[in-house]
This record gives sequence, C-alpha cells and structure tokens, in this order.
Amino acid sequence: MQDDRLIIAGHEFTSRLFVGTGKYKDFAETKKAIEASGADVVTVAVRRVNITDRSKENLLDYIDPKKYTILPNTAGCYNVEDAVRYSRLARAAGVSDLIKLEVLGDERTLFPDTAGLIEAAKILVKEGFIVLPYTNDDPIVAQKLVDIGCPAVMPLAAPIGSGLGIRNPYNLKIIMEMIKVPIIVDAGVGTASDAALAMELGADAVLMNTAIAGAQDPIAMAEAMKYAVQAGRLAYKAGRIPRKLYATASSPIEGML
Amino acid sequence: MENSIQIQVNGEQRSCRADTTIGDLLRELAIQAERVAVELNLEIMDRKDFDDRRLKQGDRVEILSFIGGGAPVSAQAIGRGCTHAG
Repeated sequence: MQDDRLIIAGHEFTSRLFVGTGKYKDFAETKKAIEASGADVVTVAVRRVNITDRSKENLLDYIDPKKYTILPNTAGCYNVEDAVRYSRLARAAGVSDLIKLEVLGDERTLFPDTAGLIEAAKILVKEGFIVLPYTNDDPIVAQKLVDIGCPAVMPLAAPIGSGLGIRNPYNLKIIMEMIKVPIIVDAGVGTASDAALAMELGADAVLMNTAIAGAQDPIAMAEAMKYAVQAGRLAYKAGRIPRKLYATASSPIEGML
Repeated sequence: MENSIQIQVNGEQRSCRADTTIGDLLRELAIQAERVAVELNLEIMDRKDFDDRRLKQGDRVEILSFIGGGAPVSAQAIGRGCTHAG
C-alpha cells in the first residue's frame, strides 16, 4: 500500500487512520496505542497549562511532533468566536496551519453547528489555516465547506463517542460521490467493522478516539483498527460484487454425475 | 512592595516583579516556551516577543498547550474573554 498515500493540502500520509489522544489512562498507554494504530495523524486539544502542578508531564514528551503530524482541534467550542480563538492559539502553540475545526451545537449530541462551522471556516481559511472541518453527514454543507476552501471534510458516522457506527451510509456515499476532496469519516465508530465499512464506502480516511481509548484493551483495538482501515481500503479499491437477492453457484454444473 | 505587580495567570492571581517579561514568567513556572501559546489580554503573543514584552499591573495572561483530545474537556477550558464575560 506504499503507493496509496493520502495527500491533503500538500501533507502526505501513509496511514489512513487518524487517531485522537483523549481518554487514555496515561501518556504511556496513549503512546503505545498510537504506535499500534500505525497512524500518522494524531489529534490533540488546546488547554490551559497546569501552573500549580508543574510535575504533570507533557503529551509531546510521548508523541514526537517530528514523527507524527499533530492535528489540533477546537473540541469544546460552541461558538464561532471560541473556535477561531482556539484555532489561533493552536497555531501559536504548534508548528503548522492545520486545524480540525469543531463548532459544536449541543452538549448532549455534540452534533456540529454547521452554520457556525461555515462561518468559522471562512474566517480561518482567509487567515491561511488548513481547515479540516468536523461536519454532519450533509452533502450540501460538505460542498459549501469545500467551496470556502477546506481541503478535506470530516463528516460524522454517529455522535462523538457513541460507538454507534455508520448510521447513514447512504448520505456518506453521496458525500463521497459528490465531493472532490478527501473525505475523512470522523466520530461514532465503535469497532473494527465500522471502520472497514467506512473505508469500503469510499472514505479516504477514518478518524477515531473513543473506539480505541475506551476499549478494554486499547492497544489491541488500535491494531485491529489499523487492519480494518487497510482491509476496507483494499476492498474498496478491489471493487465489491453487486448485491443480489438469489444465489449464483460458484462451482460449475458441468461434469456432475 | 512597590516594585511588584498583580497579574492573572490562567485565571489565578499572582504577583511578580514589575519588570517581568513573558519569558521570565514562563521560566519561573518551568514552562518550555516552544511548547505553549501565550495570550496577553486576549492578544496572542509571537514567541519571539516573549523576552521583550513586559507585564503590567492587572494583565491577564493565558498559557496554553496541547493535551490529549478528542473528547471535550470543558473543565480545563480557558476563561472567556473580558469582552464577553458573564
């Protein structure tokens, strides 16, 4: 799969699995899980440094920014102003213009506020950010984000952390057919078959956090996800057989007694 | 003390010398400058200005870095700006 690299705004990635770094027991487990996943892209959040307890270790002591592409997100932002503020802070704290843009609409579902998302994306693209927007499985919104200048879109499979899997494969399929930039299915994956299905539908990559970090054995699940994404990608490229209602014999009739 | 000022760092009151720079503050807190973003009164500071920019009485400093995410961690989120406090 060496020749099957994913390219987003000039950034090249070998792995089509992007992973989050939240919810792990500790940084050592985070590091092991990320290694097992084979991911190139690792998402992080931007938060206040703990100034009262400086003994706390830094995530970047475990996740080498030279080895991984650090993709900061705007998780926890519920309006355009905050999302833009956190994006600028992420750029100031890091080394690149990449931002995973989240503008959330509601705490219970964590569904994107797509109107706010479009507004924030416009501002950030103008400021030179490479905006990867976390959006709903809505093809029209996805197209608007591309028109603004987002080099990829990240539609959800199901609510963040829900583990419900691909809830609307038909909308995702329409997005993949309509949209001419890479599609990264983000959020809602529960297990390996969900990730494989996303890739079989034609997703260019899958991003997940809870499905790995929340598994009973996160490191084993990270490895399972690596293979699921690879298998799904290969199956997509191989071209599956059409679904038919009745059987088609695979052994010849000729030569039977 | 006449030559000390009160500032707010990540929401907490703190006193420091009147001529303290952002760079001094980071060193005092044992924070590596290349791993953080610093916002001074809602204005994001350029890293190369850390050692030149001196703090004033009442300044509000936010020091942020990358943490594990993913999932929203609202308890650790930064305070809202003074333009829309409430």
